[in-house]
Amino acid sequence: MAEVTSLSEAVAALVDDGDSVALEGFTHLIPFAAGHELLRQGRRELELIRMTPDLLYDQMIGVGSARKLVFSYGGNPGVGSLHRFRDVIENHWPHEIEIEEHSHAGMANRYAAGASNMPCAVMRGYVGTDLVAHTRVAGITCPFTGEQLVAVPALNPDVSIIHAQEADRDGNVQLWGIPGVQKEAVLAASRSLVTVERIVDELEPKPGGVIIPGWVISYVAEAPGGSRPSYSLGITERDNDFYRFWDKLSRDRDEFTAWMREHVLDREAVGS
Amino acid sequence: MSVEAQSREVTAAETQTVAAARRLRDAQTVFIGVGRPSTAAILARMVHNPDLVLVYESGTIGAKPFHIPLSIGDGELAETADAIVSVTEMFNYWIGAGRIDVAFLGAAQIDRYANLNTTVIGDYAQPKTRLPGAGGAPEIASSCGEVIVIAPHSPRTFVEHLDFRTTVGHGEGNGTRGRCGFTGKGPTAVITDLGTLEPDPDTKELTLVQLHLGVDVDEVQEKTGWRLKVADQIRHTEPPNERELEALRELQSR
Repeated sequence: MAEVTSLSEAVAALVDDGDSVALEGFTHLIPFAAGHELLRQGRRELELIRMTPDLLYDQMIGVGSARKLVFSYGGNPGVGSLHRFRDVIENHWPHEIEIEEHSHAGMANRYAAGASNMPCAVMRGYVGTDLVAHTRVAGITCPFTGEQLVAVPALNPDVSIIHAQEADRDGNVQLWGIPGVQKEAVLAASRSLVTVERIVDELEPKPGGVIIPGWVISYVAEAPGGSRPSYSLGITERDNDFYRFWDKLSRDRDEFTAWMREHVLDREAVGS
Repeated sequence: MSVEAQSREVTAAETQTVAAARRLRDAQTVFIGVGRPSTAAILARMVHNPDLVLVYESGTIGAKPFHIPLSIGDGELAETADAIVSVTEMFNYWIGAGRIDVAFLGAAQIDRYANLNTTVIGDYAQPKTRLPGAGGAPEIASSCGEVIVIAPHSPRTFVEHLDFRTTVGHGEGNGTRGRCGFTGKGPTAVITDLGTLEPDPDTKELTLVQLHLGVDVDEVQEKTGWRLKVADQIRHTEPPNERELEALRELQSR
C-alpha cells in the first residue's frame, strides 16, 4: 500500500543521484512540483525520461540535473522551441548530455512493454527513417504471417512520478481527462510517486476516470497546484501565457538561471 | 460579411488555411497537430463538414473546440471530446490500425518526395539547429489514410536533400511505401502559402498543380530548392469565399 507522506519526504526516500526517472503527463497533469522538489534536493546525473520534455525538463536540463535524456518530442507545444533543450544539444550548456530519441508510438509502446514486464514491444514504425540508425529499434519477423515489424526495448525507469487529481487515504489514485502514459509509467517503474491535488476520504468515480490502486504505488503526496503551469482538469487551468512567457525568458542563460533560483530553487516545497 | 472583414485583403496564410480546410470536405476523421492545421480543421467543421471528427495526438477523439487550442492537450479538447484515450491506445488502436482518414503534418524541411525532417538542421551529433524531433509523425504518415503537409514555401524548407529523414512520405519515389509495408497512401498534397503540390501519380515526385491568387510559377520555383516539376494544366486556387473568410476571421477572433 502506498505511503501517504509529504512531497519532500517522498522525493528524498525515492530518488538517488544517477537514477533513471520518468516524470510523465502528456501536456495535462505534468508533475512540476515534484520535478522542482528534485531540483531543490540537488539530484544530479539523472537519466530523465519523458515523451514530451515540455517546460519541466527544459528547466531540469538547464540547471544541470541530467546526464541523459530519453524523449520523443522536445518542443514547447504550440509555441516553438525549448531553448534549454536546444542549448544543451547544440552547445553542451551547462554540460554535455547523452540523448536517446524515439517516435511517440515507440515511447508509448516501450512504456507498455515495461508495464507488462515484457522485454520489448512489437509494432509497425521507424522503417525508412534515419531514426533507425540513431536509436534502439530492431527488425523482427512475425512468426505467424511473416510480416516485417520492428521491436523497441521495454522502458523500466527506476522511478516514475506522475500527478493526479485525487487520492484517498490508502493511496488509491484517480485521474481523469487526458491520461497520457501515466498508468503505464507507474507500472513500468521499480518505484513510484503520485502527487495529487487533494486527498479525499473516498474516491468518487469520474467519467473516464483512471484508477491506480495504492498497492502498486510507493508514495502519494499532496501537492495542490502541483501541475502548474500544466493543468489538472476540473481543478486548475493550463497557463498558456506562461508557456509563451517561457519562450522569451528561457532564451537567455542568465535570465533562466536567475528565474530558476528565485521561483524554484530558493522556494519551499509545495504542500510541505 | 462585416465591413471590417471586407475591407481587409485576403492574406496568404488565410488562403493556405482555407485551401487546407477544403480538403476535409469528404473526410470522416482528421488527425491534427496545433497551429494552422488545427485552425483549418476547426474551420472545416464550421463551413464544410460539421460531422468531421477531430482527433488530437493527446488522445482526444471527437473534440469540438470553440477556440483554437494552443497545445494539443488544452482542457477544452478534453472537455468536448467524445472519447479520451491513453497515448498508447491512440497510437496502436486508432492511428496504427488505420482508423484515421486524413492527417495534417508540418515540417522544417521537405524534399521532392514529400519526406519530412523535424529532427535536426546540420549534423545529427552536432546539429546547427536542434528541432523537436519525431513526435507522432512517422507512424501517422505510415498508417493514416492520407497525409496533407502544410508548410511555408521557402528554399530553407523545400530542400534538395533533407538533413535528417524523420518521416517517410514517398521515400525514393513510387514503390517505396509498398516495400516499407505502409498501409496509408502517404502525402497526397502539400499546401503552402504559394500554392499546392501533389505527387505525380507515376513517379510520386511533387508537382506544382495549383497557384494561389497573385502567385506565378517563377516565384514558386525561386522558393523551391530543387528543379520543380510543374503540371501541364496548372490551376488557380479559388480564392476564399465570403463564408469561408468570415468564419475563419471570426474563429481567430474568439
